[in-house]
Amino acid sequence: MAELADAAHAAAEHGAETTAQEYITHHLSYLTFGQHPDGHWGFAHTMEEATEMGFMAFHVDTLFWSLFLGGGALLFFRWIGKKATSDVPNGVQNFVESIFEFVDERVSEGFNHKNPVIAPLALTVFVWILLMNLMDLVPVDWLPEVAIFIGHFFGQEHMSFKVVPTTDPNITLGMSFSIFALIIYYSIKNKGAWGFFSELAFHPFGKWMMPFNLMIEIPTLLAKPISLGLRLFGNLYAGELLFLVISALLGLYQLPFHFVWAVFHILVVPLQAFVFMMLTIVYLNAAHDGVHH
Amino acid sequence: MDITLTIFGQSAAFFVFWWFCSTKVWPLFSNVLEERKQRIADGLEAAARAQKDLELAQNASTDQLREAKEQAASIIDQANKRASQIVEEAKDKAREEGERIIAGANAEIEQEMNRAREALREQVGAIAVAGAEKILERSIDQAANEELLSKLAAEL
Repeated sequence: MAELADAAHAAAEHGAETTAQEYITHHLSYLTFGQHPDGHWGFAHTMEEATEMGFMAFHVDTLFWSLFLGGGALLFFRWIGKKATSDVPNGVQNFVESIFEFVDERVSEGFNHKNPVIAPLALTVFVWILLMNLMDLVPVDWLPEVAIFIGHFFGQEHMSFKVVPTTDPNITLGMSFSIFALIIYYSIKNKGAWGFFSELAFHPFGKWMMPFNLMIEIPTLLAKPISLGLRLFGNLYAGELLFLVISALLGLYQLPFHFVWAVFHILVVPLQAFVFMMLTIVYLNAAHDGVHH
Repeated sequence: MDITLTIFGQSAAFFVFWWFCSTKVWPLFSNVLEERKQRIADGLEAAARAQKDLELAQNASTDQLREAKEQAASIIDQANKRASQIVEEAKDKAREEGERIIAGANAEIEQEMNRAREALREQVGAIAVAGAEKILERSIDQAANEELLSKLAAEL
């Protein structure tokens, strides 16, 4: 019911007639800080201004939640880890240890080489993405309304505020291309520049077919980070969009639908985090494998 | 899809978080888990050792018990033997004593009898003499009487 009231409240605030389309579009835009066309930096006050900024902009909302959730989780883990003892673990320590062991098992199954920083990487990725995805289950109007309320004090009237970082392709691709950089780094480190190149150039057909091989292998390589990032983005974006559609179109009847979709989404949230972590492990394992013949 | 500088912000955060997790978070838990694993292994080993010790102690106690039983049995055996020996000796001694007492009594009886016989004989002699004196007052064949009397005395 709170949501309904929020939606009505938001509608009233944005002028009497907020159409469903406007409502959804508003929820899908970012709180943007960037360089205006005239050269000065500042917040975008309208969606048009945000579009004009183009590349030179930060999505303050998604980036804030991303840093807040990831940093918060790691600081929480460190706080628990500082107190951790090898005696019988208490509730919180046990909880964190079970996550830790879950990730550690996945890494020891999927990663066959010795590299002590891969398991922490998998833990970071899994917990971070899981938390970012979980923001999806916060009713769609709560945090944006709070942001609008705060925005009033700073003269921001029609502030957009996106709370699910993984529905921002910048966030998901930012992570997947960081992992891509690691794939390149570890490939060259373990196979040598020539080994890495020959993997791309001399397979699947012999060296006389090199241009053709490169035509196959380079897209395959590039498809890894793109599919990794877009899979996560697509799943969460679709989920969030459906929440918005339910919220915008169904009025009073939204609650049962909202509930059913949220229950379904509870499955998607950890699954996508898990898939992202597993693929990270698999890709980096391949980057450590020797040259294939 | 508006790609912006956000992607670099996120990448930078990614590497910072990764570094933080590998250096400040992961070792804490891996140390604790390793330590616990070690402690559990030690505990299991100690338990196994204690089990073995217990088994040895049980074996030793069984042996000792059996030995003690054997000793007790042999002691009882000896005691029984000794007891029957003592009883046997006592019986022998008692029999000897009895025989001795009987023999003594017999001897005394014999003596007593002889003495009584002697006294009787004397008294019979006197009675005979007295009888003879009475007879003499009526008959004179003293010689024949005397013979009769000595014969009588010899027969007693």
